[in-house]
Amino acid sequence: MRLTCPFCGSRGLEEFTYRGDATVRRPSADASQEAWVDYVYLRDNPCGPHRELWYHGAGCRSWLVVTRDTRTHQILDVRNARDVMLAERMSPEGKGEGS
Amino acid sequence: MQTNRYSLFSLLWEACRGNTGWKPAWRKAEPASAYDFVIVGGGGHGLATAYYLARRYGGKRIAVVEKGWIGGGNVGRNTTIVRSNYLLHGNEPFYECSMKLWEGLEQDINYNAMVSQRGVLNLFHNDAQKAAYIRRGNSMILHGADAVLLDQDAVRAKVPFLNVDDARFPIKGGLLQQRGGTVRHDAVAWGYARAADRLGVDIIENCEMTGLRIEQGRAVGIETTRGFIGARKIGLACAGNSSRVAAMAGLRLPIESHVLQAFVSEGLKPFIDCVVTFGAGHFYISQSDKGGLVFGGDIDGYNSYAQRGNMPVIEDVCEGGMALMPRIGRVRLLRHWGGIMDMSMDGSPIIDRTPVDGLYLNAGWCYGGFKATPASGLCFAHLLARDEPHPVAVAYRLDRFARGAVIDEKGMGAQPNLH
Repeated sequence: MRLTCPFCGSRGLEEFTYRGDATVRRPSADASQEAWVDYVYLRDNPCGPHRELWYHGAGCRSWLVVTRDTRTHQILDVRNARDVMLAERMSPEGKGEGS
Repeated sequence: MQTNRYSLFSLLWEACRGNTGWKPAWRKAEPASAYDFVIVGGGGHGLATAYYLARRYGGKRIAVVEKGWIGGGNVGRNTTIVRSNYLLHGNEPFYECSMKLWEGLEQDINYNAMVSQRGVLNLFHNDAQKAAYIRRGNSMILHGADAVLLDQDAVRAKVPFLNVDDARFPIKGGLLQQRGGTVRHDAVAWGYARAADRLGVDIIENCEMTGLRIEQGRAVGIETTRGFIGARKIGLACAGNSSRVAAMAGLRLPIESHVLQAFVSEGLKPFIDCVVTFGAGHFYISQSDKGGLVFGGDIDGYNSYAQRGNMPVIEDVCEGGMALMPRIGRVRLLRHWGGIMDMSMDGSPIIDRTPVDGLYLNAGWCYGGFKATPASGLCFAHLLARDEPHPVAVAYRLDRFARGAVIDEKGMGAQPNLH
């Protein structure tokens, strides 16, 4: 399996570290216990396309959001995690930059 | 006349008449319209559950539904190691229960599973690891298991070809559990399937669960590729596919599915007579009775449902092997494969009721499910039959994450790929 880093190009798996599901979002500090349990412990664990966080530790040290098919290990999309988060904040449902 | 029971007499009898009387180990059962108990997943744990349910809890009208064939999943994909060398109170009584069941298994199910208590030796390479292993050994002994601490000379005498004087990772000693060892993994599946079948359990292969029917908050049966099967109680034992099956009931689990690879070398003359694990990397090895070296290491570390892995972990495992036992360097790899592990958030399993009445869950075995097979079956059968947890499995509750009562043997936190 190789990942195409937006900054470094196609690199081998051994350069990257896996973090996990990129769709979970940290709840606010005063959120309910259920929301926190959900965030820390529960996962969709899909069989198919999965959005996940990888860290390019032996390369540019960027955090990446990779969309990958867990059935075939096919890489469908790689983006800079910061860009993904900024886009989410600026979207109509987001809270805007700096909030 | 057909031969039912395996014994020396039946072997001689069949030998004298050309082996014409052996019957298939289990029937090819067709699904009935309804059962008292339906176990989803015909792996080691599902089959053991059905067996103990019928044998010890008087269960009747039991079916095991399996999407593939018996022995095709993780029960046929592991490195066959059995041991009970855990530290924590939530775990050790359970695994020791499993060890005791392994010791009596073959007589119990009348099947040669090649249970071989050849010993499991965990090596340590520094003082901190030694202290941790002394603590673990004491915990094992306090829970009724066996453990012996070996010093460097004792390790050298027991396994003379280890790289004891390595400059970087010198071997300082090891923790030995002599009652641990290996079991012929697919014989466990076949043996439990045959024993369960003889108690009237229907083993339905090539029957995949596709949906769960819930009426008034209660699970009443499963939709399958071979039609609807009604059930009073449904037990899920689906290993790496647990999240997919639980999603049919609208549940999200504290589980990620990961791929673990295992390896077998070409056949060699016997030279490794126990299970050895490397303490400075993740590598464990034993030699099968056919002569192949059976070894493995870490999971690949990313979510996967593909039963195959990638090269970096293969390289890492082989480096561990070379650091531990340089003499295996020119041995050729015969085959390797991957299995899908239900990695839980604290590295420990779940045997519990679910929020849906009539639906029970057995999952989260990470990559240690094989050794747990008999106790997992016994405890899940206990839960299904009596609606209360077995005394050695009381800690394996689904709500322990919300309660903060996690059983984190390695102290890694809620990061499944680190357990």
